[in-house]
Amino acid sequence: MGAVATRQAFGDAIVRIGGDPRVVVLTGDLKNSTHTEDFAKAYPDRFFDVGIAESNMLGVAAGLALSGKVPWACSFAAFIANRLETVRASVAYNAANVRIVGTHAGIGIGDDGASQMALEDVAAIRALPNVGIVQPCDGPETQRAVEYLLDHDGPAYLRLMRQKTETVHAEDYSFRFGEAEVLRDGADVAFVASGGLVQESLGAARILEAEGVSARVLNVHTIKPLDAAAIVEAARACGRVISAEDHNVDGGLGGAVAEAIGEAGVGARLVRVGLRSFGESGSTAELYDRYGLSAARLAGAARSLLSR
Amino acid sequence: MPHATDAPARPDVQTLRDISRELRADIIRMLVEAKSGHPGGSLSAIDALVCLYFGGVLRYRPAEPEWPERDRFVLSKGHCTPALYSVLARAGYFPRERLMSFRKFGSPLQGHPDRTRLPGVEASTGSLGQGLSMALGMALAARIDGSGRRVYAMLGDGEIQAGQVWEAVMSAGNFGVDNLTAIVDCNQVQQTGLVRDIQDEEPLAAKWSAFRWNVIECDGHDHAQVLDALDGARACRGRPTVILARTVKGKGVSFMELDYNWHGKAPSPEEGERALAEILAGESSPAPAALRGKGDR
Ligand SMILES: Cc1ncc(C[n+]2csc(CCOP(=O)(O)OP(=O)(O)O)c2C)c(N)n1
Repeated sequence: MGAVATRQAFGDAIVRIGGDPRVVVLTGDLKNSTHTEDFAKAYPDRFFDVGIAESNMLGVAAGLALSGKVPWACSFAAFIANRLETVRASVAYNAANVRIVGTHAGIGIGDDGASQMALEDVAAIRALPNVGIVQPCDGPETQRAVEYLLDHDGPAYLRLMRQKTETVHAEDYSFRFGEAEVLRDGADVAFVASGGLVQESLGAARILEAEGVSARVLNVHTIKPLDAAAIVEAARACGRVISAEDHNVDGGLGGAVAEAIGEAGVGARLVRVGLRSFGESGSTAELYDRYGLSAARLAGAARSLLSR
Repeated sequence: MPHATDAPARPDVQTLRDISRELRADIIRMLVEAKSGHPGGSLSAIDALVCLYFGGVLRYRPAEPEWPERDRFVLSKGHCTPALYSVLARAGYFPRERLMSFRKFGSPLQGHPDRTRLPGVEASTGSLGQGLSMALGMALAARIDGSGRRVYAMLGDGEIQAGQVWEAVMSAGNFGVDNLTAIVDCNQVQQTGLVRDIQDEEPLAAKWSAFRWNVIECDGHDHAQVLDALDGARACRGRPTVILARTVKGKGVSFMELDYNWHGKAPSPEEGERALAEILAGESSPAPAALRGKGDR
């Protein structure tokens, strides 16, 4: 089915919806990395490069949104989604229809190392009222999510990846905001994953299948609002849950899953796979292995959970 | 007790030029080996860094990196690690061979500087716009301690578009910290184009001086001029100094010069050979003439 980076799919999608006069795109000296160059060429009047000034970009986006536009403020997740106080005051508290687009999320970016790896953005934004969080795992899901977000009411954070990920959805996939997707059914253990960890979880499920273990894979493309019902159902059905994210487990998807299961009072075992430290330089494969995010390491986590 | 390397004695300018040439070559070799990284801003910054570290200015002890009375250097434009690491290796913080581990899994030579992994790095940076504030904090600490420590920070001309930089500029001016020196590597190019096309900043000298800074402009590839500027900074009382080092992004490799495509891309082995040939054969004292010209808008 091929592989594409979700940031590239975003760049394509924003051009396709660019005919809508409400769409405005902003960036901070990163139109190449965020793939917004094609939009800049097609709609120069609705494209603004504010320079390396992300707080300003967020505030300007809020002002555009409060005047009826749908601005997409694009930078590395580390530099825009992590600019928390500005997101809080200008965007969230104003309930401004800003789309915060953070590319290069997680350790998956590789060589650039820790300073460029957003690993706390989901946790931070999850604590802000009003802001939806969407993390698609492949090209078609990104395209459909962008189309959805054009008309979404309220601020939203779109978390995208630098590295390519295998395509798992068909082109006619229908994206349902707030509803987790069961990509694979299973009864022994459930992977609750988001972004590129969806593909790694599918890989883990295939490894486990060969060993006679049946694994469910839940794609949590919308981290907020969380589809707690689907997660609780998976916990009930399988009794063992592994949350998987390229992000810090504290307050991220892992935190959200723990909250959902805890509040529902389901007796399930949970292992949170994700980061517990800053990242470092290396290739995506080396880092995913080192930090337990690879399909093989996820399968290993399932095995030890099953043997407990 | 005085120490031989607290501030290495100032050699003649030709020696500094030769060091720059060596380190430019190291920068290219590291990038080719790593297959990723930032050549443009490393090549533009290297001459000023050579003057700072090897021109008898910065006081430091590679064998005692935590020596409390050392001067501090903060690389605020953290992506230019190839320049910083080549300097730190030559200064003796670690063996030169280690440069070849740049950006590799497990290496202390991270893509961006990490002070928790590499002695000699004073501040972990990589998110642009924050280094001058940290440097100001270090300068204030020296003042509180009644110490003669000096603090230097290098910023990019794209980086100074960040609002926090101007917050630091204002407060440093108001605090009158004369032990703080900012070096802006004005190489005219940022990641995706010319600075003046993305967000024009000129006139820069007027802006800094309006915030009560002592402003010195120089050709940032002319070692004699950079040394004069650094001496001027040390001589200035009551105000922080900014050195606006007028430079060329990618300096020394003709096909990289002033081309934003070489901001964050490593040369292939073949391109690396061409770059090395130019650097090693080339005039080691770059001709400054046509640097700017149109820069005053
Ligand atoms: C806050 C922040 N925004 C964006 C980036 C991505 N980025 C890295 S380098 C760079 C361009 C820097 O240009 P300049 O300061 O002129 O550096 P130089 O030309 O000296 O390399 C950008 C946008 C970043 N590292 N930090």
